[in-house]
Amino acid sequence: MAVKNFILVCGGTACESSKGDEIFKALLKSAQKHGVQDDVQIIKTGCFGFCEKGPIVKVLPEEAFYVEVTPEDGEEIIAETIVKGRLVDRLVYKDAEKSKSNSEKIKFYQKQYRVVLRNCGLINPEDIEEYIARDGYLALEKCLTGELTPEDVINHLKISGLRGRGGAGFPTWLKWNFSKNVAADQKYVVCNADEGDPGAYMDRSTCEGDPHSIIEAMAIAGYTCGANQGFIYIRAEYPLAIERLNIAIEQAKDAGLLGKNILGSNFDFDLEIRLGAGAFVCGEETALLASIEGKRGMPIPKPPFPAVKGLWGKPSIINNVETFANIPVILTKGGEWYKSIGTEGSPGTKVFALTGQIENSGLVEVPMGTTLRDIVFDIGGGIKGGRKFKAVQTGGPSGGVITEQFLDTPIDFDTLTSIGSMMGSGGMIVMSEDDCIVDVTKFYLEFCVEESCGKCSPCRIGTKKMHEILEKITSGKGEMSDIQKLKDIGKAMKTASLCGLGQTAANPVLSTLKYFEEEYLEHIQDGKCRAGKCKDLMQYKIIEEKCIGCTVCARKCPVNCIVGERKTPHFINQDKCVKCGACYEACKFDAITIS
Amino acid sequence: MAKMTLAELKALRDDKKKEINRRDTDAHDVTIIVGMGTCGIAAGAKDAMSALIDAIKEHDLNNVTIKQTGCMGLCHSEPTVDIKAPGMPATIYGKVDAEIAREIIVKHVIGKELISKYVLDRPASDIMKEQN
Repeated sequence: MAVKNFILVCGGTACESSKGDEIFKALLKSAQKHGVQDDVQIIKTGCFGFCEKGPIVKVLPEEAFYVEVTPEDGEEIIAETIVKGRLVDRLVYKDAEKSKSNSEKIKFYQKQYRVVLRNCGLINPEDIEEYIARDGYLALEKCLTGELTPEDVINHLKISGLRGRGGAGFPTWLKWNFSKNVAADQKYVVCNADEGDPGAYMDRSTCEGDPHSIIEAMAIAGYTCGANQGFIYIRAEYPLAIERLNIAIEQAKDAGLLGKNILGSNFDFDLEIRLGAGAFVCGEETALLASIEGKRGMPIPKPPFPAVKGLWGKPSIINNVETFANIPVILTKGGEWYKSIGTEGSPGTKVFALTGQIENSGLVEVPMGTTLRDIVFDIGGGIKGGRKFKAVQTGGPSGGVITEQFLDTPIDFDTLTSIGSMMGSGGMIVMSEDDCIVDVTKFYLEFCVEESCGKCSPCRIGTKKMHEILEKITSGKGEMSDIQKLKDIGKAMKTASLCGLGQTAANPVLSTLKYFEEEYLEHIQDGKCRAGKCKDLMQYKIIEEKCIGCTVCARKCPVNCIVGERKTPHFINQDKCVKCGACYEACKFDAITIS
Repeated sequence: MAKMTLAELKALRDDKKKEINRRDTDAHDVTIIVGMGTCGIAAGAKDAMSALIDAIKEHDLNNVTIKQTGCMGLCHSEPTVDIKAPGMPATIYGKVDAEIAREIIVKHVIGKELISKYVLDRPASDIMKEQN
């Protein structure tokens, strides 16, 4: 017999703890009682947040959306909704304005807004026709029919208020306008796909999921500024993105959407891919351009800006993947439409890569001005394993931490800067109480030491010295004067470094010192790491009263540093202990503590 | 594809839109979309994809379209399989290995039954619908 209804019970960890399992059983029992067990299939699902209203029960195909359900409600759901086809009114989710439940209208579902990722996860990226079917190449078409002149394009971008998504947030229309107004025999369009922040993969996913949106936007940039050659600079570590971009470029060329005389309009635009070797500094635009020219990727002082004097000395528009991906939609729907999303100073949406100690890691796209609480707790499903939230790191090695007190701050370019972090490209690394702030900061410095190109000394020496000090602090040898040293070096780097990498490399240190100074002090003064991450500051000890002498820990210890007779309390020889934690994991009597 | 003119591009776009509408409303066709971004592939999307194709062949189904797409943003549950079948709610399955992929064909497509434990609530299509 065919099943008529489906009941989905949220089985996420948060809901599991608030009785998802019991609700499931109660529903099953009631279904049998009413003899409808063959008409309805009851299943447990994975969950995507909204846990504050959990557990959630959804009945399909009616789309009845019940919140805060208890096991006792199971009977009523079956008796009313399944048997009689009526809603259980008191359980229906009520939005502030809505009294009827309809999951499509619930605010929660509207917290994500897909502009950049409009096609990702929907179309086959290797089929140009699917892109075209979703209004792909419509904006380019409008340009080439003369419906949009280059001035119109600039004007739409100006109205839209689009700011560069690579991190700095420079108004896109200004960049394009500079380049447009310079007279030159040759101009270029460059796409910066050299995504390098740890934990960031928005651009990779966009290139993989919707490569044509970038190609279209670059052709439009060429049309607007009078460039006929474009380059996509992408790191060689993104093989799939490169493959899909190559396929897309080939398809566009075959269809007459790239190359000579595009769509019979006398406009020529060609596109080539340049592979980067994964040097972080090549994400800096002047270093990137040097790398395309075949030189060593090192930044040069600005101005002149690339829009005026860029690739091979010619005016070059250089934008990030996400910026480009926004442009075809802005031009088809209009600048006003885009301006209506997001905040006054930062219109539009932003894609974030949620990683770290978060239940639902993944890509999210939200309007600018969404709060961190919405992103982490509603969309991301909260902290892994129900641990306590500590901070979110944004902006990668150039950014800083956002702490609990700013959870309700609307996120945009300006607010993030004002609280000592930055938008960056969109990596969001969530930290819980299990993360040591000094240790995490050390990781970012380590990254900067590796990636500093070495051209200017504030960055080359500064990152190294800061890293040494952090190393000292995490190994318990820190001194009180180190804190001031960190601040001084950081300030010097900020003022004197040549490019963005050095100017911002101290941000993670300065920002964590601002909000978590007590944790630094704890490491220095008390020789303590509250998260238990800094191994040199930890000691495993056996509690004599709890140890029954079962010998399990002694047998597990890889360096044989646990001694003791069977059935008598054991001891750990601290001189030999390597702090691997094997004994701690193995002990069944909670007799081993970390201090 | 031959080089297009403006008029041909317009015609192609209209054509494709109609085709998608038809596919969405047609009561017979099943569409299966596998998330094949780097995250999906790293988590085993290729195995899931080949298992789906094998199972479709094995059961001699000729009304099933299977295609790949990029990252849906649900990286914590990759590989993901998005499936639309007549008489069934649009569903996303997460953490799909070869075995679950075969189950999807047998239970979901043929048996018209959801597979417990692997359904992810809040299909991305829900979010898309309201904006387009």
